[in-house]
Amino acid sequence: MGSLALKNITKSFGQVDVIKGVDLEVQDGELVIFVGPSGCGKSTLLRIIAGLEDASGGHVEIDGAEVNTTPPSKRGIAMVFQTYALYPHLTVRDNMSLGLKQAKHPAAHIAERVDFASKMLSLEPYLDRRPAELSGGQRQRVAIGRAVVRKPKLFLFDEPLSNLDAALRVNTRLEIARLHRELGATMVYVTHDQTEAMTLADRIVVLNAGRIEQVGTPMELYNDPANLFVAGFIGSPQMNFIEAARLGRDDAKTIGIRPEHISIVAEGGDIEGRVSHIEHLGADTNVYLDCGESGLVCARLFGEQNFEIDSTQQAKFDENRVFRFDDEGKAIRRNG
Amino acid sequence: MSMARHSPARSIAAHAVLATYTIIALFPVFVIVINAFKSRKAIFRTPLELPNAESFSLVGFETVLKQGDFLLYFQNSFIVTVVSLFMVLLFGAMAAFALAEYRFKGNSLMGLYLALGIMIPIRLGTVAILQMMAASGLVNTLTSLILVYTAQGLPLAVFILSEFMRQVSDDLKNAGRIDGLSEYRIFFRLVLPLVRPAMATVAVFTMIPIWNDLWFPLILAPAEETKTITLGAQVFIGQFVTNWNAVLAALSLAILPVLILYLIFSRQLIRGITSGAVK
Repeated sequence: MGSLALKNITKSFGQVDVIKGVDLEVQDGELVIFVGPSGCGKSTLLRIIAGLEDASGGHVEIDGAEVNTTPPSKRGIAMVFQTYALYPHLTVRDNMSLGLKQAKHPAAHIAERVDFASKMLSLEPYLDRRPAELSGGQRQRVAIGRAVVRKPKLFLFDEPLSNLDAALRVNTRLEIARLHRELGATMVYVTHDQTEAMTLADRIVVLNAGRIEQVGTPMELYNDPANLFVAGFIGSPQMNFIEAARLGRDDAKTIGIRPEHISIVAEGGDIEGRVSHIEHLGADTNVYLDCGESGLVCARLFGEQNFEIDSTQQAKFDENRVFRFDDEGKAIRRNG
Repeated sequence: MSMARHSPARSIAAHAVLATYTIIALFPVFVIVINAFKSRKAIFRTPLELPNAESFSLVGFETVLKQGDFLLYFQNSFIVTVVSLFMVLLFGAMAAFALAEYRFKGNSLMGLYLALGIMIPIRLGTVAILQMMAASGLVNTLTSLILVYTAQGLPLAVFILSEFMRQVSDDLKNAGRIDGLSEYRIFFRLVLPLVRPAMATVAVFTMIPIWNDLWFPLILAPAEETKTITLGAQVFIGQFVTNWNAVLAALSLAILPVLILYLIFSRQLIRGITSGAVK
């Protein structure tokens, strides 16, 4: 279908540099997700790929051909927006077929494509309705259908699930995963929700302040974060960071330990703290220990656990899962 | 709307205030319309009385329809208003779209410059406008009026519409671009329908001063064949004798077309005025 290459992309709005040199290769058939905090430039980067914004520097290549000066409609892409962006005056059928009509495809071909997409997304009962008569989830399915109809080289998703409620979000996420499997299409997906990123992505690109912090599979990012930012961004609740010196260690500047790799023990723990808050999630219990100058340490324990608030407990780290970071915040690899 | 907030005393008070205002606003119109149907004597003797069997007279309307070419005046007013309105809405919306949609150097300065006309009355430039029209041979043409009114209406149109255009979702416009729609189709097919209430608001605010204007028709187009209705009604106002029957009848008739246009736009208008507040 299509591959994508970004070569040293930069983008500035006036004096402000939003994207500061991004290089990335997306293989044919891959689903790559951009994550990052708001304002990190992930949506801008997507718009540059789509051709809705011009890059200030660098090259965008789709399928090996440079598309810097190609208008969006000629790039062979389709985009799904957060706010659905359906044409309010057109029926679902016309919404889906507009792109092909513009490209002067024969009517029979358009009908066939719309048929295929609406079957795939079970939109057949709604084809003659207008967007206003559909629910949020249905609208987003139409928006996805509009993208499928175009048979693009590259699908672009701009936070497509952010406007949906929690239950629909899970459903639509599964839908997108199925779509990716069935079409084998190349997809670039932007989100700030790391659950979406972890569950959907072949590879995740973590962006921060206009730069790529790390690119890797979800498990690579989880098990082997390159630096403090990625370590803190991936995983929920967030990884605990403690100054190594406070733990009496001199092999790193900062120690990182995920809440799920901490156990609460009666004695012999790595750090002691006062229980300040407990969150019961049913399957898990999050215990927050106030460790004085070392800060708040969160431990995620399996099942239902009870501790008295204000009681003093010891936290024991799983030594194999401790991350070490140097002065610049870079990870110190275990074997090197 | 909830019962807890609904107190009859408060509701009566609110309605009383609104009713008082409505009566004050409508009273002059009411007086014009009732007196248009009365004989001359009755107009002066009992100006506030409704026409009865004795005082009822259509002499004003007869004069208006016989004397002077009122149908032509109506037609002139109508042409000038509708064409100016169309141009104001078209160009105003286009300028507003450009200001709201595209980033270019001096964008906000341009917006400010275009809105400046709201604060400076166009009549200050009457002499220059007259010179310009005379030089281009447009005196005594409807074109001259249309040009002036278009210029007069544009600042407010650009100002209001660009604010509304900014609210139209970027995603929608971008979706159109990806589907290969031209910028013109995005503007006409996607954006304009969404700002229709704002367009109606602008239309009403633009239309009424144009229809009512006496100044520019008097200066730029006083010839018999280009007279507008407001100017036409002046023929009955003489230095010594004024034919009040005819004046009132002409004014009553002049209310009708603009009232019809208003009714067409008004359903949209209410949505336009309130849309910012309740959304």
